[in-house]
Amino acid sequence: MSTTTTRPRTGPDAGASADGTAAAEPRPSLLRTAVGSVTVRKLAVLAVIAAVLIPLAHAKWSGGSWPDALTVDVSGPLGKASDWIIDNRDSHWIFLYFFGHISNVIIIGVRVVYVALLTLGWAGVTAGLTLLAWRVAGVRVAVTTLVSLALSGLLGMWVPTMQTLALMVIAVTASVLIGGLLGLAGGLSEWAFRVLRPVLDTMQVLPAFAYLLPVVMVFGNGVPGAVLATVIYAAPPMARLTALGLRGADAGVLEAVASLGATWRQRLLSARLPLARKELLLGINQTIMMALSMAVIASVIGGGGLGDRVYQALSSVDVGKALAAGLPIVLLAVVMDRTIGSAGERLGEPPAEGGSRLLRGWPAWVGVAVITAAVTVAGRLSGSQTWPGGWTVAIEGPVNQFKEWMVDHLYTGVPVVGGTAEWAANYLKWVLDPLREGLQGIPWYGILLIVAALAWLIGTWATALTATAAMAAIGVLGVWQSSMDTLSQVLAAVVVTLVLGFAIGIWAARSARLERMLRPVLDVCQTMPQFVYLIPVVALFGVGRAPAAAAAIVYALPAVIRITTQGIRNVDPAALESARSLGATQGQQLRQVQLPLARPALLLAVNQGVVLVLAVVVIGGLVGSGALGYDVLFGLAQGDLATGLVAGAAIVCLGLMLDRVTQPTARRDRKGA
Amino acid sequence: MAATGVTALLTATGCGAADMSKQSSPYANVGGAKSVTLSVQSWVGAQANVAVAQYLLEHKLGYHVDTVQVDEVPAWDALSQGRVDAILEDWGHPEQEQRYVKDKKTITSGGGLGVTGHIGWWVPKYFADKHPDVLDWKNLNKYAKTFKTAESGGKGQLLDGSPSYVTNDKALVKNLKLNYSIVFAGSESAQITQLKQFAKQKKPFLTYWYEPQWLFNQVPMEEVKLPKYTDKCAADGAKDPDSFDCAYPTTPLQKYLNADFAKKGGKAAAFLKKFHWTKKDQNQVSELIASDGMSAQDAAEKWIKAHPDVWKKWLP
Repeated sequence: MSTTTTRPRTGPDAGASADGTAAAEPRPSLLRTAVGSVTVRKLAVLAVIAAVLIPLAHAKWSGGSWPDALTVDVSGPLGKASDWIIDNRDSHWIFLYFFGHISNVIIIGVRVVYVALLTLGWAGVTAGLTLLAWRVAGVRVAVTTLVSLALSGLLGMWVPTMQTLALMVIAVTASVLIGGLLGLAGGLSEWAFRVLRPVLDTMQVLPAFAYLLPVVMVFGNGVPGAVLATVIYAAPPMARLTALGLRGADAGVLEAVASLGATWRQRLLSARLPLARKELLLGINQTIMMALSMAVIASVIGGGGLGDRVYQALSSVDVGKALAAGLPIVLLAVVMDRTIGSAGERLGEPPAEGGSRLLRGWPAWVGVAVITAAVTVAGRLSGSQTWPGGWTVAIEGPVNQFKEWMVDHLYTGVPVVGGTAEWAANYLKWVLDPLREGLQGIPWYGILLIVAALAWLIGTWATALTATAAMAAIGVLGVWQSSMDTLSQVLAAVVVTLVLGFAIGIWAARSARLERMLRPVLDVCQTMPQFVYLIPVVALFGVGRAPAAAAAIVYALPAVIRITTQGIRNVDPAALESARSLGATQGQQLRQVQLPLARPALLLAVNQGVVLVLAVVVIGGLVGSGALGYDVLFGLAQGDLATGLVAGAAIVCLGLMLDRVTQPTARRDRKGA
Repeated sequence: MAATGVTALLTATGCGAADMSKQSSPYANVGGAKSVTLSVQSWVGAQANVAVAQYLLEHKLGYHVDTVQVDEVPAWDALSQGRVDAILEDWGHPEQEQRYVKDKKTITSGGGLGVTGHIGWWVPKYFADKHPDVLDWKNLNKYAKTFKTAESGGKGQLLDGSPSYVTNDKALVKNLKLNYSIVFAGSESAQITQLKQFAKQKKPFLTYWYEPQWLFNQVPMEEVKLPKYTDKCAADGAKDPDSFDCAYPTTPLQKYLNADFAKKGGKAAAFLKKFHWTKKDQNQVSELIASDGMSAQDAAEKWIKAHPDVWKKWLP
């Protein structure tokens, strides 16, 4: 498991789809005919429903766009709610005795950690974290930690890094606790699991941006709101993986423990939780990655720290500065990912034999504490607590020069392929505009029908119902036109992402060298805050929908490449061997064996691609993609809840619909059972 | 000293009421310094104000200054709650002024900044020189084709900026019957990047823009005359935003302080009230930041060293 900010459908589900299912399809032809007849039946049912309902709808509300009669105007009540909150925030009990305390606890928590980090000073923090990494994850990770912290200091980002670290410590702790408790409930009680699962599944597909407004509404700008938005965003994977891990525990082992007369609590602590160790660690890892990516987005609502530096650099069009603040975020992500990854692997192994006894057990921990304290004191005696001002390297100048150079040479008139300006114009003219007109031109019931058909064909009637209801909700909220605009941007970007992702993924699956070369690049693309590459993208593609698409593709591509590569790598070698012995060419092997057998992984890649692209297309509001993303920004910037919340809700609905239309898990689960 | 800060905070919680509007940033006041939190808006002119104020507060008055980037309207809210102590450049938000200054009295005016702001529509000078009649709004429709881009769907493009800025452009385009569509860049940085790119290619463009703004020094622009601003048009527009059909006013930019801070803020509050400079001063600092790539702090320091006559008067 490597650094991933993607939505963690990389849990047991993904594992199963990537390596398990390939072998479980022995008679593809039979299966296909069975699926075929089901498909025909489903389509027939839909056709009947459509034949009855569409003439009715058409007679009552003619015209292609969502009928006005079916919309509900929520701007009045939302405006009043917002006024009420502002007027009562310093007097009503719910703010004074409930939200106020939550906010206060968060502030104190972040402050305690921050003050502790500053008291340790740069020397103490560096020594302490490096030794900690060495103790739990080994020498290599310790070196990575040391280098990463030093680099953050060298980039002149020590204080913001500490602020982000403090915010992260609190947000991740809260997320792990809350997520863990929810997961425990879901893992132990069938009823809780049934309630939780759809909620958690849904929360994972929601773009981070949609969370910001409701939080700002109650808590205002600042750290408490930022921490809360981060927790809401980062807790679901923990809950989900904890529940799945507990439920996946080996029944035989549990029975054995029970037969030994262990109490319920003993069973939980000594068998179930340890057995779910792998999922728990994966959950913590995912939570950290998601919290880090949210920490940047939360700078829009005053989260401070590195995210704020990136955001400020964005506003002065300074890519170099944005990169200087973005790199420590990537480094933090890498360090935490590697530390937890190695710690997880070590937990499974028996303690190493040999070596000095002093390096194991509590004496080593005492050693860590003593050395950290000593270094802290030394650091304080030698002067500065924050990183020494002289020890910094300014990367802004060279980076900005490189960006200018790149833009000058790629913008226009590149021989044969044309410049980025031409690409953008062609993409808009030949892809986006026709697609948008098409979507806005199809009557609303047509769209509902298409969504229902797709979701039903790939899932169950329940998924179809959810997807259709989500689409209908968009219409009811009165943002049908701009939602179709956003949808067209998502679909076009997804197609490009998939074409590129599958091509590169397949190539990487065949060449281990390419995969090794790609890995760090993919890591950086996934953890680098999107804000950093928004500006160069505008310089290259101009303001509008094209730069948003480009940013979305950069962000979603790594996940698609990874899942594709993994899926093809995991195809049963025996199947490949037999194809080869029958004299199949490389191309034939790929088309007729590897791709069909990797189909579940490829579908997962589609699903991930769609969800990730949606997340960035929405942030694209910052570079002129308009539509829903802009409306959310407008709501945040103007304190206009009605516009912002409605657009946010529409994004949520789009995400839900897109996920259901591309997620075949439900059917697979049923077949597997 | 760090520990005392924490204990003070802990005792402040207790079990009683916790008023969110009295809670400050967790990063503030570490190390026992007297501290001031200033709101920085996203445009560079505002960064220049804050950088100079920050430098003087830190080096001449011994304060620690935190800056937070907040959009304009949320900044009023943050100011009212005391999460920010001062806004140094406000472009006129009558609704918020009514609510926080007049009704709730949580914010007080800090006087004028000394700079007047003006919003309008602008075209690049290289284009206006060749086509001088573009500078009258009545001729804009003639040029709609010239200002067309891939994003504007067959009409002329009017480039608008960040969603946080004050704009009546939708109403203006509709009421003046202009064959233009508004493309929202979504952030000022995206807009500036686009304008610079246009200028590099010497392409024509029409944009919502404002002065004082350092970009004029890099991309000279000329303003398009809109129908004359009248008080009646502004009053009607305040009632029904869809009715705007005249130019934007010229606004003297204002400073606002949190009411508690204004009373108890000591020298810092007194200094911020006296802070007063000209468009030329502000532009000098802005340009050092934005086009010479200096950090805001370095730019402020350079300006302060060169202009003691201006800032000496601000010190209490």
